[in-house]
Amino acid sequence: MSEPGRRDPPGRGLASRLIETYFRAAPVTVPIYAVLTAAAVGSLVILAVGSNPVDAYGALLSGAAGSPGAIAGTLARSTPYIIAALAVAFGFKAGLFNIGAEGQLLMGALAAAWVGSSPALAGLPAVAYLPLVLMAGAAGGLLWGGIPGVLKARTGAHEVIVTIMLNAIALGAVAWVVTSPDPVLLLDTTASVPHSRPMAASARLPELIAGSGLHLGFVVALALCAVVWFVLERTTLGFEIRTSGVSPNAARYAGMSVPRIIILVLAAAGALAGIGGAGEVSGGPNGYLTPGLLRNIGFDSIAIALLARANPFAIIPAALLWGGLLSGAPLMQLRADLSLDLVLIIQALIILFVAADAIVRFLFRVRRPKRDDELGEQAIFAKGWGV
Amino acid sequence: MALQSGADQPGADESRADEASPDVVLEARGITKRFPGVLANDTVDFALRRGQVHCLLGENGAGKSTLMNVVFGLYQPDAGELLVRGEPVRFRSSADAIAAGIGMVHQHFQLVPVMAVWENVVLGDELTRGPLLDRGAARARIAELSERYSLAIDPDAVVGELSVGAQQRVELLKALFRDADILILDEPTAVLTPQEVDGFFEIVRSLLDRGISVVFITHKLREVLAVADEVTVLRGGKAVGRADPRTATQGSLATLMVGRDVSFEVDKAPAEPGAVVLRVVDLTVADDRGVPTVSGLELQVRAGEIFGVAGVEGNGQRELVEAITGIRPSVSGSVAIGGTDVTGWNPRRIADLGVGHVPEDRSKDGLVGPFSLADNLVLNRYHRAEFSRRFVVRRDAVRRNAERLVADFDVRTTGVDVPAGTLSGGNQQKLVIARELSADLSLLIVAQPTRGLDVGSIEFIHRQIVARRDEGVAVLLVSAELDEVLSLADRVGVLYRGRFAEVLDREEATRRRCGMLMGGADQHAEEVA
Repeated sequence: MSEPGRRDPPGRGLASRLIETYFRAAPVTVPIYAVLTAAAVGSLVILAVGSNPVDAYGALLSGAAGSPGAIAGTLARSTPYIIAALAVAFGFKAGLFNIGAEGQLLMGALAAAWVGSSPALAGLPAVAYLPLVLMAGAAGGLLWGGIPGVLKARTGAHEVIVTIMLNAIALGAVAWVVTSPDPVLLLDTTASVPHSRPMAASARLPELIAGSGLHLGFVVALALCAVVWFVLERTTLGFEIRTSGVSPNAARYAGMSVPRIIILVLAAAGALAGIGGAGEVSGGPNGYLTPGLLRNIGFDSIAIALLARANPFAIIPAALLWGGLLSGAPLMQLRADLSLDLVLIIQALIILFVAADAIVRFLFRVRRPKRDDELGEQAIFAKGWGV
Repeated sequence: MALQSGADQPGADESRADEASPDVVLEARGITKRFPGVLANDTVDFALRRGQVHCLLGENGAGKSTLMNVVFGLYQPDAGELLVRGEPVRFRSSADAIAAGIGMVHQHFQLVPVMAVWENVVLGDELTRGPLLDRGAARARIAELSERYSLAIDPDAVVGELSVGAQQRVELLKALFRDADILILDEPTAVLTPQEVDGFFEIVRSLLDRGISVVFITHKLREVLAVADEVTVLRGGKAVGRADPRTATQGSLATLMVGRDVSFEVDKAPAEPGAVVLRVVDLTVADDRGVPTVSGLELQVRAGEIFGVAGVEGNGQRELVEAITGIRPSVSGSVAIGGTDVTGWNPRRIADLGVGHVPEDRSKDGLVGPFSLADNLVLNRYHRAEFSRRFVVRRDAVRRNAERLVADFDVRTTGVDVPAGTLSGGNQQKLVIARELSADLSLLIVAQPTRGLDVGSIEFIHRQIVARRDEGVAVLLVSAELDEVLSLADRVGVLYRGRFAEVLDREEATRRRCGMLMGGADQHAEEVA
């Protein structure tokens, strides 16, 4: 029936072509439907607590994108999510489930805070200092991503377990380095609430629009998306990464070194997340690191990478959605008298519907691909968990 | 082919059942089983008598396991009928077969290694006392069965810690525990050492003494003569003959097993062998479990000849190929290609010497299903200057390469951008052949090049392989199809238990001789026969 045949009568040919297109667009449409379904279920929750969904979503929308300032706020909020989700997606492409973006962000932020507030480097001009801070962040993340990479490649230790453990270590390590009063490592001893030494002015990422909170890190994030896309889709290294992600057997047969790819991808993913962490410390409003600064960004990024189906460019709208929900929530709370947590419920519902896409495919009549081969990269998600 | 409806007509069954001789406990009549593209069983008749061993003999893919899976209720036959103790039966699942007193021991054991013997045995058929497992009764029963059939199994041992032979006896216990008196043993000796095989035959005889009847599936001639009361030979899904083991010889059985007719004639000129290209010396390779499946193997392949490796699968073919191509490390010995010792080299360096490799599992190793044809056609060559510049893939070059190869090798596709996984099996294989044979080669290794393909694709691929030989490439051909080896090879090595039982010139390599060597028969037995 779906054979786009020349023998079909013209009318039916057009109809069946449209239907084909509808199904072929599934990788794009299913996540969008998932968001819509989540919003619909969310409105039931809003009704249940006695509010008006139209008001609530209206407030959410205007809080996220109702004014230039709101838009800038959303973009600023989304920046770390873009970079961290990129780190997760990069792993997915190689068949690896990098659950450690949280720790990699923290280690990147810690390294950046250290370098950016180092008395020895004070007075360095921004042209030299900013790249140095971002490179320090990349190095911190690279270390934290490289460890699970080496352990998996050399011993077979599963990256999910190792990265979870490294997240815990990073959390503890950052809290200690930043807040320890004795010995003083990075603590700002003059502060009433413990945080790290403030970064030098020339180590701070400049704002794109003064007073908006939107900093140069957003541009860096967009650039990194393009870089990651280019590496994956256009280079020999990307070919190796994608091959070993889909079929490690074929990669081995074709003479690729799968262990080398594992180490490289997890280290590079860590470096990406590290840059994201550095950007938040250096570009954020405070200019110092607190243990809770990046809380849950790494974990939410897993959800964003899934929503974007690991496509480096699709990560941008997915992260903007995430940032928008978060930055619009306070206005919704104010106007519709709803808890901020409603946004978290909607976020969770989105992930639920993306993960359980059978529900969405049923609701919107999107046929499941007949062969695994047509699933393409989608199959990778499943692989990252097991084996 | 019309479906026989006999199984649906009880009247017809009864009249036929009367004809059956009284001591036949299991009978299959006209069993036909089709899989997409394959006629696995073609009107097969088969009868097992009480207290006897009936051997099902045949090559890989002859239909032995299919027939027994039908008998055990795992497959539904497309036509034909089954009778157990003269009564027509229809099994909807293996549970029905078990209830009828049939037990099956699969080639690959179905055991939970971390559980104790008694737990494995009762699994799915637990003795209970109220809501609780009746542990004591189960263990007592198992100990009693073990004693009666001299199985020497401790009910409390952990299965994972038992030897392979003992695990097999646990499988037997599972069937006996469910009161099976018809046992189907699928290649039971494949996993056993020669000493264990002797012990296993003792057990089989003790089963027979107690009235149990056994179907014994094998491709090993020696075992047939040692244990069988009756033999049915399957070839290409058909029961091609019956033999009396008291009068049969390994030679006569081999002839029946592999047949006489050569099905694929390939036009080729006599080989003009040149210098030795591949030299394998005293090679030992272990499989994934660490068991050496290639041991002390010697092999030389010359330029301009096709060396065919014949043998029943699992005699070290896969490990041999993977060791030569660098995918699997060898335990000891050496591999030299074109005079260069490549032992321990990685696959990339070996391929760059001009070695093409068509892997036996095209969909798992040879192709990446979701990738386009174009990407698959450079899967192991994307790094060469032809296809990339400074780490950036030259997409135009990749595309041109694909368009040329798809045309040259007649890959039927709507374009070079479609995922390789959407092609038919034959076209997928042509894709792999196109990639590997289009390289600048000195050595070509092809494993199971035509498995599962249609006749047209087979002919095409055979011609391509011969063409490379004629250009002076050394070809190592590994195939489970004896026909294929005999029609292509200039010399034939019969692989048996990890080494060549014999290397024969094509003229000496008769089907019967190869068949006997494949089954482990020694050559002296053949000369007598």
